Amino acid sequence: MRRVLSVLAGLMAAAWSWEAYKAAGNPEGTVLFGVRVLPRADDLSMPHLWTIVQRLAGPETTGGRPVWLVVLDACLFTLGVTAAGFAAGSVVGLILAAAMQRFRIVERGLLPYVILSQTVPLVALAPLIAGWGGTLMPAWATVAVIAAYLAFFPVAVGMLRGLQSPSASGVELMRSYAAGWWRTLVKLRLPAALPYLFPALRLAGAAAVVGAVVGEISTGTRGGIGRLIIEYSREATSDPAKVYTAMLGAALLGLLVAGAVSLLELPLMRHRRHVEVVTL
Amino acid sequence: MTAVVVDKLTKVFNQGRPDEVLALADVDLTVGDGEFVSLIGPSGCGKSTLLRLIADLIGPTTGTVTVAGLPAAQARREQEYGIAFQQAGLFEWRTVRRNVELPLELRGAGKAERRAKAEQMLELVGLSDFAGHYPGQLSGGMQQRVAIARALAVQPPLLLMDEPFGALDEMTRERLQSELLGICAKTRTSTVFVTHSISEAVFLADRVVVMSARPGRITASIEVELPSRDEAGRQAPVYFDKITEVRQALRGISTGPRADSRAEA
Repeated sequence: MRRVLSVLAGLMAAAWSWEAYKAAGNPEGTVLFGVRVLPRADDLSMPHLWTIVQRLAGPETTGGRPVWLVVLDACLFTLGVTAAGFAAGSVVGLILAAAMQRFRIVERGLLPYVILSQTVPLVALAPLIAGWGGTLMPAWATVAVIAAYLAFFPVAVGMLRGLQSPSASGVELMRSYAAGWWRTLVKLRLPAALPYLFPALRLAGAAAVVGAVVGEISTGTRGGIGRLIIEYSREATSDPAKVYTAMLGAALLGLLVAGAVSLLELPLMRHRRHVEVVTL
Repeated sequence: MTAVVVDKLTKVFNQGRPDEVLALADVDLTVGDGEFVSLIGPSGCGKSTLLRLIADLIGPTTGTVTVAGLPAAQARREQEYGIAFQQAGLFEWRTVRRNVELPLELRGAGKAERRAKAEQMLELVGLSDFAGHYPGQLSGGMQQRVAIARALAVQPPLLLMDEPFGALDEMTRERLQSELLGICAKTRTSTVFVTHSISEAVFLADRVVVMSARPGRITASIEVELPSRDEAGRQAPVYFDKITEVRQALRGISTGPRADSRAEA
């Protein structure tokens, strides 16, 4: 209950600061030494929140479907792509982390490339992956590949750290039980890695959303919220509230994914909840 | 059959490197079936190293270790021993009961059997009321008691203990000492017990093995025969005589030329 209230309070605060800036800010934006440091506050750049809400209720084009339905549809499409990318990226990340933990040589050989992979600009990669669409896989799957490409990295790095986290005495204890690598992994390393895994998954969730939205744009895939933002932004001069409806959808999508990831954590981290130490 | 035979064991850490350390030199030790042997010596004398060699957690440089008639590596694979370390080393994501169940789980014991055995062991260390707690909720002493319960859970023929009572208060320590002796006598468990405490070594052991540092070697082996291992035993003249004997054996070392303080082995 308190969490719900605090989330609502956060939303209220965000809405209030939007309207407050709109009321107090310079409609032409604040320009310092020829650089605009604060954005324009006029209705064209920052429509009122109620205008955006009204626009959500209105039709997309004259006589068309209402905007909120279109945005919702697009969000669901992107959510599906994000989920696929997140799942695939996480699995790849987990396997890479386990392989790097198991074989030092794999860690030494692979880790630099794992890090390097994230420095390759997406715009350079996207056309290559987009080319797979239609032949190797459906178009939406190419977007999921891009999302996975961004999502696997935090999981691989965080999980490797987590798998290496058990103390030497824990590892020795498992050795004394004649447990091999696999059983040590399952009984000791995996549970010990969970506190490292969950923050990594949250990063991966955010990365997957960004990957899906950007991936849709750079592969030109239709149907998702990323594409919708681009389409609506073309109408920004005549219908400024419209593009914000799509952005609102993208923001809600991000929140939804973040929330879903933290739900994963609840049943598995029970031992962290109580902290009171019994001294007897 | 003897529980442990250590034959001409030498252990060199970082061999061939500038930081090479000779931890154990030419150690021979035999632990009979059902015998309780305490290893005592100044820090850095290699008593923990010797224990870890018996447990096959590390390998010897030369010499052999035989446990229950098997080479140490095979004995470890067949889980011929239980071990408790200085630090409790509990798994914080498991409840106390599930920590004690861990070795049973790895042996493939059934759920009901695991649970019954774990309850029994927790009863023994006086933690029955805390079976559902997580280790993070317990004090250090309580955690150590859980670790001891875990080592005893499989009722192994050989128990290896590395200063397991070091972090406990005197009352708990004495109670657990008596419990441990009771268990060892009942199950005919052979025990190798590393300790710093002379009185603990004498009270528990059939034989106190005194070690010297750098290089670690065995300098004395003192048989202890107390009239009884209880309160009366703690007050028997022979108990104090043996304490004096062990102290003198240790002093022969600590006043010797090796009383330096280089890196510990």
